[in-house]
Amino acid sequence: MTALQTVHITRRVDPHLSIDRYDPEGELMLLHFGPQHPSTHGVFRMDLYLDGERVVKVVPHVGYLHRAVEKLCETLAYVQITPIVDKNDYVAPMTNEQALNMAFEAALKLEVPRRARWMRTIFAEMQRIASHLLWLGTFALDLGGALGGGSTVFLHCFRERELVLDLFEEVTGARFHYNTHTLGGNRHDLPAGWSGRVRAALEIISSRLNEYEAMTLDNRIFLDRTIGVGKLDAELALELGITGPILRACGVDHDLRRDAPFHAYDEVKVNVVTAKGGDCLARAQVRLGEMRESVRLVREMVEGVPEGSINSGKPVKLPVQTKIPAGQVYVAIETPRGELGTYLVSDGTQFPYRLKIRPPSLHALSALPYIIPGGNVSDAVAILGSLDPIMGEVDR
Amino acid sequence: MNDPLVHGIVYSLLIVTVVLTATAMALWFERKFAARLQTRLGPTMVGPSGLLQPVADLLKLLQKEDIVPEKADPVIFNLVPPLAALTALGAAAVVPFSPTIVASDLDVGVLYVLAIGAVTVLPVFGAGWASNNKLALLGGMRAVAQSISYEVPLLLSAMVPVILSGSLRFGAIVQAQADHHWFVVWPFFIGIPAFAIFLLAMLAEANRIPFDIPEAESELVAGVTTEYTGMKFALFYMAEYIHTIVASAVGAALFLGGWDGPFWPGLHWMVLKTLLLFVTVYWIRWSLLRFRSDQLMGLCWKYLVPASVLLVGASAVWVVLT
Repeated sequence: MTALQTVHITRRVDPHLSIDRYDPEGELMLLHFGPQHPSTHGVFRMDLYLDGERVVKVVPHVGYLHRAVEKLCETLAYVQITPIVDKNDYVAPMTNEQALNMAFEAALKLEVPRRARWMRTIFAEMQRIASHLLWLGTFALDLGGALGGGSTVFLHCFRERELVLDLFEEVTGARFHYNTHTLGGNRHDLPAGWSGRVRAALEIISSRLNEYEAMTLDNRIFLDRTIGVGKLDAELALELGITGPILRACGVDHDLRRDAPFHAYDEVKVNVVTAKGGDCLARAQVRLGEMRESVRLVREMVEGVPEGSINSGKPVKLPVQTKIPAGQVYVAIETPRGELGTYLVSDGTQFPYRLKIRPPSLHALSALPYIIPGGNVSDAVAILGSLDPIMGEVDR
Repeated sequence: MNDPLVHGIVYSLLIVTVVLTATAMALWFERKFAARLQTRLGPTMVGPSGLLQPVADLLKLLQKEDIVPEKADPVIFNLVPPLAALTALGAAAVVPFSPTIVASDLDVGVLYVLAIGAVTVLPVFGAGWASNNKLALLGGMRAVAQSISYEVPLLLSAMVPVILSGSLRFGAIVQAQADHHWFVVWPFFIGIPAFAIFLLAMLAEANRIPFDIPEAESELVAGVTTEYTGMKFALFYMAEYIHTIVASAVGAALFLGGWDGPFWPGLHWMVLKTLLLFVTVYWIRWSLLRFRSDQLMGLCWKYLVPASVLLVGASAVWVVLT
């Protein structure tokens, strides 16, 4: 099954029915789960209707972190937008700027130099490792608690994530909100000896990945908590527009890096990791597998970064001198969380007329009302964690 | 000192002081130990190697505003935190720290410890109920279900040393092990499984990971202690540590031969064995994830209860045969 086929929307039991239909006597307990809660991965609220500890109905509420990013972008010149969207998916900022600048470049019909494309691809893959490491840590926190084994996994994951952030810092000067992608290429070139340090860091990370697999996939308690929990079937996932590791965990072989190659992905072979079952364990397997695959890709690519210019953009004196011809463009890339789309409508001026960002996490959250009911409160936490939602990009 | 009343008062004060100090040190020790497991340093700033960290923590908690939620039941809400600490401390009264250092060597010491252990769930449930908070209520509900279930294997596994030694008195149980073998050494095929079950049930009773579902901070924020602030929270927090220390001491007395050991005085051996069990508990806590409540019940009723019933039977047969 591939995602490129047309999806037929089928009628299914609507989880958005009024609560009266579930609970005519009003006996259920309504538990506001969030927005201030240790396991909501930011400010997210679920209204859980509980029968004892069993969840009967879930109503997710988003919007607590809305910062009107899209509207703000309409008042900014094109080169000024990059640092703003960095804060959308604050766990993988590199991929935000990547998607945004690709849209601008497509609208401008600007060719990105080969060296810049390779660098962007390497950055994206390293960002994937860092992002998945953070996911693994926070997922363990959800399962094991901040005062227990969960936090041990969490801090170990952060140790390796640190290696990746150090490498980014060396290139861009920033550990997190990089602002390194710009129109037509990159801002910062790779420093001397960087590839050697990348190889050394990957050596450490790949050996530690074995430890993480042992700590999670060989751990009886981890398996008990994840097998069969939050089962999502492929059909529903496609219907809801879910992409990325969650979709691949449902057995759908879909990855934009291979199916619609961008940057240098057409020059390297990407092995898409899929898993069967669509439960929390499958999502964990996919993400752990992807980390391994990313390590392999970076290791392979960092050897052969081509020489040349890193930016083909025409130098301009003022940001507002860059104008994009009237028209519209949609560009989507594969981020650690799935398909991140940027839809740009330009009216020919120096500001975007409309900039719409399609975040993968928002679509992932839309599965919650379908997959949480039936489990108990502990399962709800595990399921939410396994979806890896980033509220910054959900609410924007 | 021969007057039992004077003896009781002196030794009670002594043991309370020692256990409370040990609790403070346990806080420091756990933070250091967990930090090392997690590639961190832990407390370093307050005192040498952060040794005064528990004092700083306590001072911080003392300064906090004492909040009673408007819709809480104030009587029960205020009553349960000291009750939690007291019930946890109560079991220490009968534990022999050496042949002579014991506050009161009751004839029914084991029964008393188990009874006090059963009472510890009441403050937790009271806190969950009186807070008038849904998260606390869920936590209290889980605590009751868990405690009632794990009471059974705890009691049955504690019966094994009682049957083997033929006494409910801690002094006699330890003496029996000193005269022959520690129960984990011989008969090891009964002693070791019973000890393992006792350890698991003890973890569950003390609400330690992987059995800390009443607290479950990633699910229920802080479970029963969600609404508690300042010193009341500190009492609950201390109760958990006291519970772990006392349960470690009980486990050491029942299965590891208590104060029995070569070369050193009995007190040293008892402290060493208690510490060993205590470290094991924290090692487990900082390396495992948490069970789900239904899996917890499954583990108890499907595996631990039948196994402990078998062990009680086996130990009875063993006593008859030897």
